[in-house]
Amino acid sequence: MMVLILMVGIFQSWNIALSIFNLCLISAVMTMGANIQWGYAGLINFGIMGYTALGGLAAVLISVDPVQEAWRAGGFDILMALWLIVVMVLVIRFILKRFEKSKIRTYSIAAIIISGILLIRFSAEPGIEAIEAVDPAKTGFLGGFGLPIVFSWIVGALFAGGLAFIVGKVALGLRADYLAIATLLISEIVIAIIKHEDWLTRGVKNVIGLKRPAPYEVDLQTTDWFIKLVEKFNSGKLSVIENLADRQAALNQLVIEGSSVFVKLCYSGLFLVVVIILLILTQKALYSPWGRMMRAIRDNEEAANAMGKNVVKQHLLIFILGSAIVGIAGAMLVTQDGLFTPGSYRPMRYTFLIWVMVIVGGSGNNFGAILGGFVVWFLWIEAAPISLFLINFFTAGIPETNVLKAHLIESVPYFRFLLMGLGLLFIMRYRPKGILPEKIEIK
Amino acid sequence: MDFVNAIILLLNYIFIPGLTYGSQLALGAIFVTLIYGILRFANFATGDMMSFGTMMTILFTWYFQSLGISLGVLPTALLAIPFGIFFMILYMLTIDKFVFKYYRTQKSPPVQFAMVSIGVMFVTQAVVRIIIGPGDRRFFDGEKFIIKAREFKEMTGLNEGLALKSTQVITIFVTIILVSLLFWFLNKTKTGKSMKAYSDNEDLALLSGIDPKKIVLVTWVIAGILATIGGALYGLDKSFKPFTYFNNMLPIFAAAIVGGIGNPFGAFLGGYVIAFSEILLTYAYKKFFIYVLPESMEPEGLVQLLSTDYKFAVSFSILVIVLLYRPSGIFKGKVL
Repeated sequence: MMVLILMVGIFQSWNIALSIFNLCLISAVMTMGANIQWGYAGLINFGIMGYTALGGLAAVLISVDPVQEAWRAGGFDILMALWLIVVMVLVIRFILKRFEKSKIRTYSIAAIIISGILLIRFSAEPGIEAIEAVDPAKTGFLGGFGLPIVFSWIVGALFAGGLAFIVGKVALGLRADYLAIATLLISEIVIAIIKHEDWLTRGVKNVIGLKRPAPYEVDLQTTDWFIKLVEKFNSGKLSVIENLADRQAALNQLVIEGSSVFVKLCYSGLFLVVVIILLILTQKALYSPWGRMMRAIRDNEEAANAMGKNVVKQHLLIFILGSAIVGIAGAMLVTQDGLFTPGSYRPMRYTFLIWVMVIVGGSGNNFGAILGGFVVWFLWIEAAPISLFLINFFTAGIPETNVLKAHLIESVPYFRFLLMGLGLLFIMRYRPKGILPEKIEIK
Repeated sequence: MDFVNAIILLLNYIFIPGLTYGSQLALGAIFVTLIYGILRFANFATGDMMSFGTMMTILFTWYFQSLGISLGVLPTALLAIPFGIFFMILYMLTIDKFVFKYYRTQKSPPVQFAMVSIGVMFVTQAVVRIIIGPGDRRFFDGEKFIIKAREFKEMTGLNEGLALKSTQVITIFVTIILVSLLFWFLNKTKTGKSMKAYSDNEDLALLSGIDPKKIVLVTWVIAGILATIGGALYGLDKSFKPFTYFNNMLPIFAAAIVGGIGNPFGAFLGGYVIAFSEILLTYAYKKFFIYVLPESMEPEGLVQLLSTDYKFAVSFSILVIVLLYRPSGIFKGKVL
């Protein structure tokens, strides 16, 4: 796999190779999250998109500087609404604890929820409007806490875990394929909220220019040590050029290229640290008594229950853990891109593709998950060039003006779907446990 | 007079669009529910299969248009639908033979089926996008309106106009015919009854001499008809775009589960439940109240319960509530 990425580096450019590598690492983290749920515990979670987006939201809320004006304009209303929500939840909890289960209880809870939502909506509306009116072209939202963006990786995990707690409480009792549909639909609800609550996320107006944990290219290009570094690396190439002015121009070009490679390398380093830490943790967990218990629950729920294991509780726990890891990946993704675009969260890319990675890589095996993330993401990106090459190869005899050939070349980007689908089908058929199947050591 | 105006307003903006959208969802939901009840898996390729059928219909529509064949006031697509259905069924049977059959003979768990259907979803998406491209296609021709809003106003002297698009009428009409035929088939004919028996208890059905191959074949044929017609009607009414069809899978699933999965009648009604709740909850009732209430009580805001952005979220929330309180759906399908 590394060889393939190195080949991209040599044949296309190091920039592309590194950006593929970074996204491979992020995909690997997502896949590990999904793999914990599916491989360890047999829980199917099609809501990966929702947790990714929440992680991204965390990145925004942590790193963006607070918009003071917006807070003055509508902060109080928003806090009031939050307070109302807390009160509502507490009242419902109180009712659930205090009264026996009955029709009246159910209806009164429904009434409280509906009236609560209406109350919150109407009380928060002026505040929301005021916030969104604050310089809508630039801000129009509350902003965040202005902390370094790396913190958001932890907060993203917390957000995603929190959502997973709610979803798990609601949906985990369902049979497998219903759980899949329910989580898929819930993640769509999450995306709808993120897209349309402009006061919190700027919605489809996107948040751009997030802080970076890595240096900026422009700064690097004027830093002495970096220029020296580039000079040292390319001293052979530069010494060939005789003319001093030409050499300076070549150096400048190299510095510009080198700076963006350097920034990507910084990200790679950060992501690699996360992947390695997660790999160690998940690997430890897999072979711990807890991992054995999870496998027992997965393979035979009734038996595990009879042995005194709390299946419901463990399912909820692993659902939260897996989702939290996906949340980290979501925050990492936004960190790398430096922008948060709620409109770009689509189930195809963020749920189903990740599932292809899990299945192809090998469920229940952490290395398989990482391998799946790498292979599938690499193919997803490089599918277009590969299929373009294949089309040209097979239609070599046909003239360029042929309608069919032109049409095929035009639709090259969609061959990636074909590749993914066929890959998934073949793996499911001939190697249902994935490329690296689960290894269980029996001592 | 104000009262009549208010009713026309509701008819125009809630009832007719709801009925149309509901019919389109209902056809898809019956498709999902049949596959679930008889072949026993949640088909994640639903939306894309519908887009495949629609694509075939569009291709034939273009072909007929290039030949100069048309149905006059009716859209040419109606003529192309049977051909679309034929290719849709062919495609489904091919997929069944090469993909699903293996897992059926292996008696794989439903989750594995669902995963495989995701593979089919990817492949179908690729096929549709490669053949017709990802763009927006309109293939409607013929008379657009049966009643125009302005004509209606002039005719009746009311303030509110009632626009009736021909696609809306066609949709509702075709749905009624198709669904009644389907229920007649399921409840009255021998094949339909054996399908129901197979869905209820597979082993018992096999023991009593029902041929599983025939059941599977008939199921895919019906599924092909429903998918193509449902998809084509949606495409006629709005427009054809592969991505929208993929997204439509979600409310269709919601409709099937709300109605009680495995129960075709439930799925049929579920489609309308989802459609009407989406529209009722996101409609701005301001104008309605202006007509109905005396002037002193006129509302200031839009009187909208939820903004239209949350249209999809409404149906999904309904689904979650149903799953929580009545896991078998409103009309008693299989218990989850």
